[in-house]
Amino acid sequence: MIRRRLALVVDPVACDGHGVCAELFPERVTLDRWGFPVLEEGAVEPAHLEHAERAVVACPRLALHLVELDR
Amino acid sequence: MTVPRLADTSTAPPGSAVPRLLAGLDAAGSPVGLDEHLSRWGAVPWRHAGASLIDDLEAAGLAGHGGAWFPVAVKWRSVRGGLLKRPVVVANAAEGEPASSKDELLVARLPHLVLDGASVPGDALGAGRVIVYAPRHLLPGLDAAVAERRRRALDPVDVEVVEAEDAFLSGQETAVVNALNRKAPLPAFAGVETIRTRGVGGRPTLVQNVETLAHAALIARFGPAWFRAVGSPGDPGTMLLTVHGRGPMPRIVEAPLGTRLGDVLGLSADDARQYWGALLGGYGGGWLPMSTALDLPLVESEARRHGTSLGAGVVALLPAGSCPLAETARVVRYLDRQKADQCGPCVNGLAELSALCTALAVQPAALGDGVRPLLDVCALVEGRGACRHPDGAARLVRSALAVFDHEVRAHLRHGPCAHVAAPGRLPGLGRIELGWASPDRIRRGR
Repeated sequence: MIRRRLALVVDPVACDGHGVCAELFPERVTLDRWGFPVLEEGAVEPAHLEHAERAVVACPRLALHLVELDR
Repeated sequence: MTVPRLADTSTAPPGSAVPRLLAGLDAAGSPVGLDEHLSRWGAVPWRHAGASLIDDLEAAGLAGHGGAWFPVAVKWRSVRGGLLKRPVVVANAAEGEPASSKDELLVARLPHLVLDGASVPGDALGAGRVIVYAPRHLLPGLDAAVAERRRRALDPVDVEVVEAEDAFLSGQETAVVNALNRKAPLPAFAGVETIRTRGVGGRPTLVQNVETLAHAALIARFGPAWFRAVGSPGDPGTMLLTVHGRGPMPRIVEAPLGTRLGDVLGLSADDARQYWGALLGGYGGGWLPMSTALDLPLVESEARRHGTSLGAGVVALLPAGSCPLAETARVVRYLDRQKADQCGPCVNGLAELSALCTALAVQPAALGDGVRPLLDVCALVEGRGACRHPDGAARLVRSALAVFDHEVRAHLRHGPCAHVAAPGRLPGLGRIELGWASPDRIRRGR
């Protein structure tokens, strides 16, 4: 199986700063002082992928995406 | 807005063919007609969809003159459609930057060079639509030029002319695509899918600045070796600049890339003392001290090394007798007003940055912690918008704090300088009063 390198990106236009992502995936997502997510750069560790996917699905604005790196 | 008068371009080294784009300009100020255009340059040799023209653009080393300086061949190669999904080409003359008028000059005075340029990628990419996107006052001239070309069946793909909104962000490429898709002309997030695969009408789309396309139209005729005969080996060709602060009117100058900026401006180190500094790259660019500005070669990598960008070729000299911090605050307030109001970090951050810059200029005592809060907000907005608008504002502020460090410290220590109430000297900002910022706003900036 080819190992996919996935990273989190946020669509800042769609994002309203609900903050669900930071709650569900604090390992990679923190909130700035206005309540908008700051994502740690780089590939998500395989062990954390499940958390990342949960945060993506839970975003009420569907603003969070997992994208393949080195596309 | 009137088309600025033309500068003399005697800065060219002897024997080289500069000016190039502006060579055909009519001193009387009327647009160059089709017959005159064709007798000067000849017709574009259409090659039809195929790699050869893109290979020529790559060999020529042409980069984008809209501000990003991205290699044109790489961009065109990434816009590949097919017979079922033919691409859309947009020649972008929106030029939202209020201090830039070089695209306006090209469209108003050399419409056929611009239209050749629009048709070149139309031909090379096998486009289904070619659109020229330009502000309202340029439309009558464009319509007339397009009609004349249509009568003579000059262009391989019919050219449409569409009105661009007059706003700072209207020329940003995703904003252009949104406008052409009848959505609000605001930038979109391109992180998942770019306009090069899904743009106007869902088709692969190329949005390219009109000056870049004018260069491409000449490369299509004369080839890469001709193009590289002027400029420097790493950065060949010429560029158009809009120069403010040398005389009462802005001047449009065409200079070979790599030329020393002091030579382009015709300024000696002695003359330079009458200026505070030079703003390079427009309102999302950065300040340079005059000593650096004079010796800067016109090359994007050099501009970047000094914390700015050539951008769309704006150079604004700030004369003595003004306050550089107040001028910067006016620009940041303008950038705050011109933001798209879409992305949280930009919406919040630019409002704070504007309040903090105003405080630094007119009410520095309110900034208990010095410039730290300004740098903090810069770091919070950089890279966090759908477009580069917040990054430009942060770059401008960072450069002001570095270049005008002495003035910053004087403001913080002694209060606003004597020039802080002087009328703004930078062009195109409209009337911006630097009122006293509310202490609450400033506190939030900490």
